Amino acid sequence: MEITITINGEQVTRDVEPRTLLVHFIREDAGLRGTHWGCDTSNCGTCTIWVDEKPVKSCTMLAAQADGHSVTTVEGLEKGGVLDPIQQGFIECHGLQCGFCTAGMMLTGRALLDENPHPSDDEIREAISGQICRCTGYKNIVKAIQWAADNPATSEVTA
Amino acid sequence: MQTPAAVDYVRATSVANAIALLNEHGEDARLLAGGHSLLPMMKLRLARPDILIDINDLDELRGIRVEGDELVLGAMVTHAEVLSSPILAEHYAIFREAEKVIADPIVRNKGTVGGSMCQADPSEDLSAVGAALKGSVVIQNATGTRTVPLREFHEGPYETKVADGEILTEVRFPIRPRAGSAYEKVERRVGDWPVCSAGAYVVVSGGVVTDVGIGLTAVGAEHFCAPEAEAFLIGKAPSEENLAAAAQLAADSCSPNADQRGPADYKQHLAMELTLRALRRAAASSQGA
Ligand SMILES: Cc1cc2nc3c(=O)[nH]c(=O)nc-3n(C[C@H](O)[C@H](O)[C@H](O)COP(=O)(O)OP(=O)(O)OC[C@H]3O[C@@H](n4cnc5c(N)ncnc54)[C@H](O)[C@@H]3O)c2cc1C
Ligand code: FES
Ligand code: FES
Repeated sequence: MEITITINGEQVTRDVEPRTLLVHFIREDAGLRGTHWGCDTSNCGTCTIWVDEKPVKSCTMLAAQADGHSVTTVEGLEKGGVLDPIQQGFIECHGLQCGFCTAGMMLTGRALLDENPHPSDDEIREAISGQICRCTGYKNIVKAIQWAADNPATSEVTA
Repeated sequence: MQTPAAVDYVRATSVANAIALLNEHGEDARLLAGGHSLLPMMKLRLARPDILIDINDLDELRGIRVEGDELVLGAMVTHAEVLSSPILAEHYAIFREAEKVIADPIVRNKGTVGGSMCQADPSEDLSAVGAALKGSVVIQNATGTRTVPLREFHEGPYETKVADGEILTEVRFPIRPRAGSAYEKVERRVGDWPVCSAGAYVVVSGGVVTDVGIGLTAVGAEHFCAPEAEAFLIGKAPSEENLAAAAQLAADSCSPNADQRGPADYKQHLAMELTLRALRRAAASSQGA
C-alpha cells in the first residue's frame, strides 16, 4: 500500500507492506538512522519518536497507522544548524555514553519540557521511565534535561 | 527482528463501517486500537489476523464524560487520558492511582481502555479497576447495542463477551458520591505488569460500610472480583479487624499461578495485603480523612 508520512516536516511517500513497523519505515525507507531499534517489545524505548507531537514507541506501531500523520525524529530537533537546548543539555552534562538510548531520551525530554517547562527531577524520572539506559545510570540524563529547562534559548550553532 | 506476518490493513470510517468490515471478513479480522497488545502478539504469532481494521480515526469512540449518574469512557480513550482526566479524578482516586502504574508514560499514550478490556489479559490492571467499581461495557453489532456488566464480561483468559462482528464502544461506571477509592500494585520493576494488584471503593455511612467493591488482578480472582469479602463488610464498622478479615476472604478466593513473577503463596499473601491497604485507604477517604 502507498503511504505518506510527514517526517520532520518533509513528506515521505513509499509503497510498503502493511505489516511494516514504523521504526523500520523511518530507518530503512526514509533513511533516518538516528532512531534506534533495540528490544522490539516496547520495553526499552530507544525507538521513541513523536507521532503528532506525542512520544510513541515506533517498534509497536505500523507505518500504515502513521499514514497522513506527522512524525518527528531526533533529526528533527535541530533547526537551521542550531541544536535544540535538549541536545545541548546532553552535551553539557555528559548525558550519554554509548548513545544508544539518547535519541529517544532527548525526544521524551523535549516533549516533557514542552508540557512542563520546569519539571522536578522526579517528574523527569517518571517521564523517561519507559526507556532504558545501560550506561549512564540516568543521573546525567536527568541533569541534561534540567540543563535544557534552565537554558531554553541558549543553543549554539553547530559546526 | 520481530515483524508481524503479512496482513492487510484498512481504516474504519465509523463504528457502523467497522462492524460491516468485521462481518465481511469474519474471524480473520481484528480491530486495531492502540496496538500495544495486538502487535506484540502478532510479532510472536500468538495472533495471526489476515486483516487489521484500524479504529483510531473514530472520534465517536473518544472522550470522557458524565451521563446522568454514570461516568462514560469511549473505547479509544487512552491510558494517558484516563490518568490526566479531572472528571475521573473528581469521582474516583482509583483511576489515577491505577493508571500511574500501568506500563510507562509512552505506552500509555497508545494503549486504550477498550483495548485493555478486550485484550482480557489475566493481569490487566484496568480489569481490576472495572470489576472493583462494578462498571459495565457497551457492545455494538449490526443489529444494535447491549450492555454487559464487567463482572460478567470475561469468559476466561483473553476471552470476552465480544463476539465476531462486534465492537466495544464504551465503558461505564456508576458515580457514588461519598465513595472513597484506592489502588495498590506490586510489580517487579517500574512499568511492568503486576505481580498482584488490588483496588477498592468503600462507602462508609453512619459508622458502617454501606457499599463496597473489591477488584484483584494477576492472582486468578474469578471475574477479577471478591464478592464474599464485599458481603462480609456490609453493615460492619470499617475497623482494622474487619478490613483485615475481608482482605483475607478476598485472598482465599484467589487461585494464583506460580510463574516468573513469583510463587503462588507469595501472590496469595500479596492479594491479602494489597486488598487490605486499598480498603484501608478507601474507607478513610470515604470518611473524609
Ligand atoms: C511494555 C508494556 C507494558 C504494559 N504494562 C501493563 C501493565 O502494567 N498493566 C496493564 O494493565 N497493561 C499493561 N500493558 C498493556 C497495555 O495496557 C495495552 O495497551 C492494552 O492491554 C491494550 O490496549 P490497546 O489499545 O493497545 O489494544 P490493542 O492491542 O489494539 O488490542 C487488544 C485486543 O483488543 C481488541 N480490541 C481493541 N479495541 C477493541 C474494541 N473497541 N472493541 C473490540 N475489540 C477491541 C483487539 O482486536 C485486540 O484483540 C502494557 C503494554 C506494554 C506494551
Ligand atoms: S525497540 Fe521499541 S521499545 Fe525497544
Ligand atoms: S548511553 Fe548507552 S544506553 Fe544510554
